[in-house]
Amino acid sequence: MKPLQLLFQSSIGKKMIMGATGAAMFLFVIGHLVGNLQVFLPKEHINAYAHLLHASEGLLWIIRLSLVGIVGLHVWSAVTLNAQNNSARPSTYGAGTGPFGASWASQYMFMTGLVIAAFVVYHLLHYTVQLSAINFAGKDFSTLTVVGGPQNGWKDVHQMLVIGFGSPIVSLFYLVAIGLLCIHLSHGASAMFQSLGIAEGAWRTRLEALAKCVSIGIFLGYASIPIAIFLRIVS
Amino acid sequence: MRVNLKVWRQPGPHARGEFKTYATPDLNPDMSFLEMLDVVNDELTLKGEEPIAFAHDCREGICGTCSLVINGKPHGPHRAVASCQTYVRSFKDGETITIEPFRAKPFPVIRDLVTDRTAFDRIMSVGGYVSVRTGAAPDANSIPISKIDSDRAMDAAQCIGCGACVAACKNASAMLFVSAKVGHLGLLPQGQPERYRRVLAMVNAMDDEGFGNCTVTGSCAAVCPKEINLDFITRMNRDYLVALVQEGVGRKGAKEGAGG
Amino acid sequence: MKLESKIPAGPLEQKWTKHLGSIRLVNPANKRKYEIIVVGAGLAGASAAASLAELGYKVKCVIYHDTGRRAHSVAAQGGINAAKNYQNDGDSVHRLFYDTIKGGDYRAREANVHRLAEVSVKIIDQCVAQGVPFAREYGGLLANRSFGGAQVSRTFYARGQTGQQLLLGAYSALIRMVGAGSVEMLAHEEMMDVVVINGQARGIICRNLLSGQVTRHSADAVVLATGGYGNVFNLSTYGRLSNCTAIWRAYKRGACFANPCFTQIHPTCIPVSGDYQSKLTLMSESLRNDGRIWVPKKGADAKRRPGDIAEEDRDYYLERMYPAYGNLAPRDISSRAAKKVCDEGRGVGESGLGVYLDFSDSIRRLGESAVRERYGNLFDIYREITNEDAYKAPMRIFPAVHYTMGGLWVDYNLMSSIPGLFVLGEANFSDHGANRLGASALMQGLADGYFVIPYTIGDYIAGIKPGSRPSTDAPEFVAAEAQVTGTVQRLLSVKGRQPVSHFHKRLGKILWDRCGMARNARGLEQGLREIPALREEFWANVNVPGDGGTLNQSLESAHRVADFLELGELLCRDALSRDESCGCHFREEHVDAEGECDRNDDDYAYVAAWEYAGEGKAPILNKEPLVYESAKMVKRNYK
Repeated sequence: MKPLQLLFQSSIGKKMIMGATGAAMFLFVIGHLVGNLQVFLPKEHINAYAHLLHASEGLLWIIRLSLVGIVGLHVWSAVTLNAQNNSARPSTYGAGTGPFGASWASQYMFMTGLVIAAFVVYHLLHYTVQLSAINFAGKDFSTLTVVGGPQNGWKDVHQMLVIGFGSPIVSLFYLVAIGLLCIHLSHGASAMFQSLGIAEGAWRTRLEALAKCVSIGIFLGYASIPIAIFLRIVS
Repeated sequence: MRVNLKVWRQPGPHARGEFKTYATPDLNPDMSFLEMLDVVNDELTLKGEEPIAFAHDCREGICGTCSLVINGKPHGPHRAVASCQTYVRSFKDGETITIEPFRAKPFPVIRDLVTDRTAFDRIMSVGGYVSVRTGAAPDANSIPISKIDSDRAMDAAQCIGCGACVAACKNASAMLFVSAKVGHLGLLPQGQPERYRRVLAMVNAMDDEGFGNCTVTGSCAAVCPKEINLDFITRMNRDYLVALVQEGVGRKGAKEGAGG
Repeated sequence: MKLESKIPAGPLEQKWTKHLGSIRLVNPANKRKYEIIVVGAGLAGASAAASLAELGYKVKCVIYHDTGRRAHSVAAQGGINAAKNYQNDGDSVHRLFYDTIKGGDYRAREANVHRLAEVSVKIIDQCVAQGVPFAREYGGLLANRSFGGAQVSRTFYARGQTGQQLLLGAYSALIRMVGAGSVEMLAHEEMMDVVVINGQARGIICRNLLSGQVTRHSADAVVLATGGYGNVFNLSTYGRLSNCTAIWRAYKRGACFANPCFTQIHPTCIPVSGDYQSKLTLMSESLRNDGRIWVPKKGADAKRRPGDIAEEDRDYYLERMYPAYGNLAPRDISSRAAKKVCDEGRGVGESGLGVYLDFSDSIRRLGESAVRERYGNLFDIYREITNEDAYKAPMRIFPAVHYTMGGLWVDYNLMSSIPGLFVLGEANFSDHGANRLGASALMQGLADGYFVIPYTIGDYIAGIKPGSRPSTDAPEFVAAEAQVTGTVQRLLSVKGRQPVSHFHKRLGKILWDRCGMARNARGLEQGLREIPALREEFWANVNVPGDGGTLNQSLESAHRVADFLELGELLCRDALSRDESCGCHFREEHVDAEGECDRNDDDYAYVAAWEYAGEGKAPILNKEPLVYESAKMVKRNYK
């Protein structure tokens, strides 16, 4: 078999794909967070950041399509691996079993992943496609622009966030999804090192601890935005 | 003391199985778990019932034959032991203990608590060795091996091939077993010439048997009677990656292995 | 029957080399036309099957386990001897040879033992090349430890799991040949009979343990590597499945059984705790390197806690009785000494059948972590079984049946008295005499399998026409199969009132009492009356539930116990006829002034090879005289 074939067909190959795409998304999640935390700065900052992202539509689409590809591979490997896993244990234990010290997160990666995937779809429709029907604010986000000042006519992302997270339902779903993401990453962000053949010995323990800390950091970071908006710290 | 045993009874590979409950006679707490089953079986025999089939041999935790899931845990409540090293004193008087076979598609039940684990042999036969003919060996001290590597190789080589890792894994994955084999030989100079060929062939065979995949939960290592740890899975993944790259650049050895 | 040992002529040191140069060879192109059946895949069987397949023979390997890696060689703990002299402590092939002959109390065949010592060095090379992770020093070279009966450090080891690692090495060689298609594994098959046609072994009959199907297999030669028969005692350190069926059925087809009464009682096992006990667990002899064995000087102290007994009230009896070897005295001597102090009422533990193995001095001298490094897994085993911490209080140990030096008689080529039937490892009798030294069983199993049988079998095969393998429809095959099926039906149809285990326990008790660590004529005669009576009761009252068409573990063990019930009688008969004390065989009538074995070389320097004479007839005793050309027969002295 050719190496690419092996990569896509063998158990370890698929785990490597999952680990590598997971690592890429992990970096994206951190980058996305750093960008979004600018909401706490004067509103010009986040608007300027959004403007910069859109500076080259071509580049933006390349990035977007790459991200879609990465997500696709991650989901594909998850679905195929999960199907194999289920078929490998056709009958369950009468007395129940496990998890023998394994973390809750590691037991439910597929479930948390599914909810996160659903959220990502919603999140894209909400803020990227800007489908008014689902934003529970009754407002068309595409019409929000900055009026006056040096940024006159730019997209007003700051206002979009404030209005977007003004809806308690949206914020709640967001918080749940971020919570699940945190759980997903607390396992995934260290497991990916194993799948890629990196975490060994003391490094395993360190990376596991680091993954948990970073996941909590990511949760706090993302959660701070709707909470701050809800508490009118950001308006 | 007395306990009740809720035991999986299945007359044959294709028959339907079910749990049946048996009350034990008075037990000595120092009895081993398997000795308790011996006593129960003798009672069943005298009552005209068929005794409970269970796999066993050495009864000292090294042959890897015994394979019970006791109250949901492969090899019973304690760490780092096989089923035969579980003692009655670890249970409460009057407790109901559930006993089941290892469950995984590649380990079909033969009868009651006995499963067929020859899948491991098939994986071994494609690469779990160093290809050295009898009589062709150089002097044993001609290649010094660092004590650290040798000790680590021994950590992996201790695997008794019982299959508890598969039984405990929620995905019925055999990664810990295969990685212990790959790791043992991969750490020693004698195993280097076939190192990458071996990992490709053995992983391929493992996949063909229908085992699940590793999701790094660590359940396997937690129930392993020899406490083989997840580091060997990491090592195997790394070897596999290197093997893929080598094959990508056309190293011959890697190509042959992939065919296996 | 005339026994021809076929020991080559010439000086002892050159016999094997000369023999190798003169025995017949088989043309490489012809090898694949021959089929060899190897029964058993322990150290001897796996190494033989792999090596024969590498040479080009077609090999079938029959095992009753699911996989070759479970054979009881796996449980050997301490190590394997080899005359490498890596320690520069004066070891040599001659010294290993001499220690083994002396350890066996001059009842082993000299030429075989010398060959064993010669090939021992190659075994270590072979195992290291296979990737066996022997213990190493920081410099990267192999480490050694000392074992009983030797004053040099020549034992190679892999933690406390040497047998496991060597077996996995041999198994890896075997599984490689399985992968290559040269060995066909017949798993879950029990060999039930040898088929002898025109005086030659030409095949076997097997019973599949999962389906009950009885099958015929023809071959050009049959190799038995089925281990020892110590489970005849019921309680032993053997695996529960270890049995004598293969060698016993071969005996009944004409293979002589040599020295059956030579059974090793290992001094360091965990004592029996109750009548439910199914097996005894060995604590490796290597523990005697650093542990000191003692009992209280006064019987009155036996029930006191060991820590409460003052140093001056302790009797380190091995150090006292055998100052030169101390705690490392050979196994038979150490076991007997333990029995002696317990008989004097100084035994410790609940039953009074135990002595202390104390590590407190070593822990003080080396530190707990060093002791843990060396013996950690053994201490863990001890804790699991007894629920006691041996780092804090001494272990309690007692002798238990561990190995059988006796076995099927073989000539220098390892061929039994049935031409074409070869016997390797513990199943044969040849190398250990009346007592085996520690770390020598692994050595012998691998020597036979890797370095003896691949050559010597050629000498026999070369005399067989290629393609002359008989059809399995031959009348001898049909008759043998019918006999096996008949026995199965007979066992299933008794439907008596006692389970198989009942008879096994009673047989074990008889043998332990009559033919155990100390034997006398009266007891042995009693045993010879009790065993046939028990056998009769077995056939009248055993209950084997279920049928013969599925996995039926009761039926499996019924077969084995039925054979043990016959073998047990031969043990007593052999022990009675050997009216001397030697090695493990301690006849109370023959004790010297110091209480040691009083050997009688004038009358008993022979191998007792028993020949089956038919149902209900007394077996015939054939004697192979033991001629020592090099070693001088002297009294063993470990003082």
